[in-house]
Amino acid sequence: MSTVTTTTPTATAAEAPAAAVSSNHRANVLGRRALRIRQTQIGLAITAVMVFIAFVGPYFAPHDPHALVGLAFGKPSSSMPLGTDYLGHDVLSVLLAGGRTVVWMSLVSVLLGLAAGTVIGVAAAYSRSWIDGALMRSTDVVLAFPNIVLVLLFVSLLGPKPWLIVLLVAAAWAPQVARVARGAALEIVGKEFVESSEVLGVPQWRIMVRDILPNITGPLMVEFGIRVTWSVGLIAGISFLGAGIQPPAADWGLMINQNRAGIVQQPWGVLAPVLCIALLTIGVNMTAEGLTRAVAGGGRKEDPR
Amino acid sequence: MSVVEVQRLRVALVADPSVNIVEDVDFTMEAGEILGLVGESGCGKTTVSTALLGYTRKGARQVGGEVRVDGRDIAQASPEELRRLRGKVVSYIPQDPAAALNPARRVLSQLRELLVHHEPDCSTEQAEERIATAMEEAGLATDEGFLRRFPHQLSGGQQQRVCIAMAFLLRPKVIVLDEPTTGLDVSTQAQVLRTVRRLSKQLDVAALYVTHDLSVVANLADRLMVMYAGRVAELGPTAEVVRQAAHPYTRRLVAAIPEVHSRRTLETIPGRAPAPGQRPEACTFAPRCEFAEPRCLTGEPALREVAPGRLARCVRGEELADRPLAARVATAMSAARDGAPILSVREAEASYGDHRVLAGVSFEVRRGECVALVGESGSGKTTLSRSIVGLHALSGGEVVFDGQPLEGLARRRPDDVRRRVQYIFQSPYNSLNRRRAVGDSIAAPAHVFFSLSRKERRVRVDEALERVSLTARHAHRFPDELSGGERQRVAIARALICQPDVLICDEITSALDVSVQASIVRVLGRLQEEEQLAMVFVTHNLALVRSIADSVVILDKGRIVEGGPTARVLDAPEHDYTRRLLADTPSLDRAESGTRAS
Repeated sequence: MSTVTTTTPTATAAEAPAAAVSSNHRANVLGRRALRIRQTQIGLAITAVMVFIAFVGPYFAPHDPHALVGLAFGKPSSSMPLGTDYLGHDVLSVLLAGGRTVVWMSLVSVLLGLAAGTVIGVAAAYSRSWIDGALMRSTDVVLAFPNIVLVLLFVSLLGPKPWLIVLLVAAAWAPQVARVARGAALEIVGKEFVESSEVLGVPQWRIMVRDILPNITGPLMVEFGIRVTWSVGLIAGISFLGAGIQPPAADWGLMINQNRAGIVQQPWGVLAPVLCIALLTIGVNMTAEGLTRAVAGGGRKEDPR
Repeated sequence: MSVVEVQRLRVALVADPSVNIVEDVDFTMEAGEILGLVGESGCGKTTVSTALLGYTRKGARQVGGEVRVDGRDIAQASPEELRRLRGKVVSYIPQDPAAALNPARRVLSQLRELLVHHEPDCSTEQAEERIATAMEEAGLATDEGFLRRFPHQLSGGQQQRVCIAMAFLLRPKVIVLDEPTTGLDVSTQAQVLRTVRRLSKQLDVAALYVTHDLSVVANLADRLMVMYAGRVAELGPTAEVVRQAAHPYTRRLVAAIPEVHSRRTLETIPGRAPAPGQRPEACTFAPRCEFAEPRCLTGEPALREVAPGRLARCVRGEELADRPLAARVATAMSAARDGAPILSVREAEASYGDHRVLAGVSFEVRRGECVALVGESGSGKTTLSRSIVGLHALSGGEVVFDGQPLEGLARRRPDDVRRRVQYIFQSPYNSLNRRRAVGDSIAAPAHVFFSLSRKERRVRVDEALERVSLTARHAHRFPDELSGGERQRVAIARALICQPDVLICDEITSALDVSVQASIVRVLGRLQEEEQLAMVFVTHNLALVRSIADSVVILDKGRIVEGGPTARVLDAPEHDYTRRLLADTPSLDRAESGTRAS
């Protein structure tokens, strides 16, 4: 990455078309363009660190997260750098163990929601018929319920199962993604290259996948960034409300809930998971924004910031 | 003293001031003079024209030279002074009046705004009187009803006239016109050109008319300034520049322009203009020049007087200034094609809602024949071409291809028909998917129509690219990396890979520079000749029709007013409408013979 940042603007400008010519893989080109943007570099670094903590962290935990190693709300000490929580577990160990669920659940739910929403939105825009109205009205119905109410309703009916929460969060995002995808696709649907494919008799699904989808990746990328951020918040929020991850499992959102009573004596029990959630969302957001800029700018404009 | 004096103007990129967009530009303009500024995309003509308003595009900056308008250096003016100068001393007529007028405000309020800001002392009665005068001068109605209209209630020509009225309202000294007739029909264009000329002479206003089409200004401008690669190539009286240009670039440019009165071979200009930052220290045109000599490659020639009143940036300027351009009359059209028509349209009718666009149109195309569909906006020519290819369903009549009547929409037609009738869109900027390498775009139809291995497809794509004079390495590029002409060739290649029998071309050169248009026309002519391709060429440009079409169909308001062999229709038109179109089509010949629209 350091070599990328130190190249002069003229060198990178000459490089851009060459890269496009030598490689047919657009994703590859896009990725390289995105990596030239400082924002992506920082965002990716933060995200990588947080994901690393979430998945590999548990193996480095100094204590068993379920072991009671001290008094409740104990101050930080050399063996427990972040003190103890409301029951006397080591905060650092719980923190390292509590990221995995929220990370995989938010990522999977966003991917599902994004996929479903994109399919609905693109199909609606391209159909140009009553199907459009029907799809969009049914998404309106889902949009009419506040996400959290919807999730709590089903969780109270079916129990706090992780896969259920993932599906519900995905279902909460899908209509909103569908609106964005439809809006972006409507503009593309009117373009002449779509007509050109129609005149040639290219199958409709192929037109949607090859002609429309690649042209709306920008807005979808933005959606991905926003949704991951919101998913982390929503899933942590659900855990905080007691409807998500159940104790004794470790989870960042749950930690906030459990330790908030002792926030004055031992702020780390709350502060540490809050910081982790914040860093994760910021990292993902910056990465997504960098990717968006790579898509929008086509990598032509050299803007190192 | 001249009204406009530009000296050694240099505009460069802010990011890298060593990259000049334009450099070394010198010219003057007298009161009442119309100067035509001609050049192709990227030559810097817009940069020069907006410099008169003290404006540079984002990312560019004037780094040298002087632009004196009415004795004041615009570059030294403060933002407040500039604000007062613009509109009052220098005014601007934009390319797209629909975009320049505020759609939410009435015509009157937009005109009045100028007076309110520039002449606050002007009383309401005076203001009304002056607005009425300006409207009248621009050839518009002055009644309350008209002034209270919104821009969308006006036609394109009327909108442009409102812009003209606004530009002349404050009696400026200089007026800058940036391709103001590009989106207009020929008859509207002719009227706008007459109005501009009349007002400029009558009110003694210097006008800088920017265009990429020499034939438009040939009948309008007193002098022509031709720009190439950011520099002035040639400057001189219009008639002389058109007849015996002193710069080789101008000569090629003139040779690329189709002429309505005689069929000509359109000359192309090989190669490509160097981009800013890549211009050599030598003559920038030398690599493309037929007159180039060794000394052209060693030093950059200066703009100098090569004949009385004529400047050119060419070492052989004197010699060329004396040499009239050869007439480029092409061989007569090959004899009428015979055989059964491959495509016929019978009694076609179409409408958008209640609005009837086609009212019984019939014509036929034979193999190897090119039929031009000519008409102004609203004539139904585009609807007709779209219904041939199945993008719009006819409400009456039929399209018969190779003896079989076709379904209205492409999706219902058999693959074989869809393959054999190909459509090329007007704008190469919209007809290619920006997110796909052009090789993939070209391969897409092959995917649909032929079952080929990946390798065979690759071969076909390369073949198709070669047939439109591109190379295999273009296949890996994305549309953004190609010029407009290259993109349009890619679109043609995409049609050719289907091995079509009929090619429908919808104004495919209207967005392109004339030299690029010439090369596209050449490619099409060769295909028609060598592969017996039948073509329907939709256009509003009669001059182009002369150079490309065997026969022509003139459409007006959804009806055919006249049709027949090109030479017959254009030389001896029978219908009034055709005569009017012919009279309004810009022509270099008329400029040469010295008659001007007045």
